[in-house]
Amino acid sequence: MKVAKDLVAASATPMVLGILAEGESYGYAILRRINELSGGELDWTEGLLYPLLHRLERLGHLESSWQAVAGERKRKYYRITDRGLAELAEQRRQWDTVVGALKEIWHDRAPLTVHPLEGLA
Amino acid sequence: MTAHEGPQELEAQFEQWRQYVLRRRELQAVDADELEDHLRGSVDELVAAGLSPDEAFLVAVKRMGSLDDLSREFAREHSERLWKQLVLTGDSGSPVGGTRSARDLWVMLGCAAGAVVSVKVPALFGLSFADDGSFYARNFTLFALPWLAAYLAWRRGAGRTVIAALAALFVLGAVAANAYPLADDSQSVVVTSIHLPIALWLVVGLAYVADDWRSSRRRMDFIRFTGEWFIYLVLMALGGGVLSAFLFNTFAAIGIVPEAFISQWLLPGGAAAAVVVAGWLVEAKQSVVENIAPVLTRLFTPLFTAALLAFLVAVVWTSHGIDVEREALLLFDLLLVVVLGLLLYSLSARDPLAPPGPFDKLQLALVVSALAIDVLVLLEITGRITDEYGGTPNRAAALGENVILLVNLAWSAWLLLSFIRRRTPFAALERWQTGYLPVYAAWAWIVVLVFPPLFSFA
Repeated sequence: MKVAKDLVAASATPMVLGILAEGESYGYAILRRINELSGGELDWTEGLLYPLLHRLERLGHLESSWQAVAGERKRKYYRITDRGLAELAEQRRQWDTVVGALKEIWHDRAPLTVHPLEGLA
Repeated sequence: MTAHEGPQELEAQFEQWRQYVLRRRELQAVDADELEDHLRGSVDELVAAGLSPDEAFLVAVKRMGSLDDLSREFAREHSERLWKQLVLTGDSGSPVGGTRSARDLWVMLGCAAGAVVSVKVPALFGLSFADDGSFYARNFTLFALPWLAAYLAWRRGAGRTVIAALAALFVLGAVAANAYPLADDSQSVVVTSIHLPIALWLVVGLAYVADDWRSSRRRMDFIRFTGEWFIYLVLMALGGGVLSAFLFNTFAAIGIVPEAFISQWLLPGGAAAAVVVAGWLVEAKQSVVENIAPVLTRLFTPLFTAALLAFLVAVVWTSHGIDVEREALLLFDLLLVVVLGLLLYSLSARDPLAPPGPFDKLQLALVVSALAIDVLVLLEITGRITDEYGGTPNRAAALGENVILLVNLAWSAWLLLSFIRRRTPFAALERWQTGYLPVYAAWAWIVVLVFPPLFSFA
């Protein structure tokens, strides 16, 4: 199963903000963490992650700094700001609503059995 | 830490990859740093999982996906990067370029200030714009163009001979403009005021091509420079007009009328400075912004061709001879100049190796129709040249220009035709145009230096 692209994109912001709320991190580690959290189901590309990080930084949800690691190498660390935390809380409320509603709908219902052809449609 | 075998090789691969990334306009040095760190993280992990550094690098690059997709995603967030911004102090990413263009900026400001001062120096000797209009009309290019030439010569690192030649030519221009006893209302004053700027502009051209003045490519660069410079100058003039209007009206609203300041200081000083600033802008942005002159040429070549053909058809249809009024020759000279400009600026932007296309045929049609019109005009004039049209510097200069442009365009049309028929390479046309530049210079100098005595300062 692959999560649809639109859904990946829609959930990207709360996911990044949520991960960074745990503590500062950098691009590669964030990608690894998402991979780990979703059991490899979420297909994140660098083209999704880095522009998103830059956008959140521009909006003031994140701030970044270059830190030296292992000799000459420098790494860009991102940290969540107060604005970012507020945004995360807001996104969480919205997602809770969506997830809650979906759970209500699917309540007690057995998982649908999907025929391969319908799955493709 | 990553590579135990061939770490240098791996580093070389990273470097190569980085160069590849940096070629993308959407991706900047900081992004390359960030992505490189990502790639290194990926490689480290794969090496830890047992791959050799080489394999790890390949897999990691592959995982990152195509650079096209990556740049597209970056472009969405950083769309401003696709609008290349002209950073006034140059590429902030490279410290070397930064200091170089910072120095450039200071030299330019010095030259612009020099131009402003030059405009105001004659006022110290009691020459005012109002009373000595003729003096300023003859000399206005002598205030600003030497400074533009100085800036360009500095930028090109011109040798002593070139600098001496430039100085000598500007002195010669000053002498030509002021030494002859020309009455303020004489035709020769007008003719000199028109031709001296042309002569001096080509002196600026000498400064522009100072590093290699024989090279056809460099001369073509000067032609490009001229077009862009002119466009920048017009844009600055528009901005200056808006500024003056606001200045005037806002101050007038509080009862102070800054007319004297605007007409005596802001406009002349601003114009002189704009000449240098425009030159600097073109130099600074030549690799940054798409040249606009060729774009305008592309837009207007079909329109002018249609207009000229319509005119020709109308002439034949009505069998009405062209009415050669006093200013007619000048008008048709200007027409030839416009056609030549359209030709030059599409040449300047054309890939010399591209095969002939429909646009070349369109250009041929444009040039041929302009030639046909001009021949009609010349036929009309030759009858009268000896009586009512001969004998004045105005007519002689206009006729001379007409002949010069006619020769240029006729041969250009021939070269275009052979190019379309694939007989000659495109470069022949380019060489013809760049080789012709000295002809304009020679003619302008003849008009400025020889005409006044020849026509006994009429």
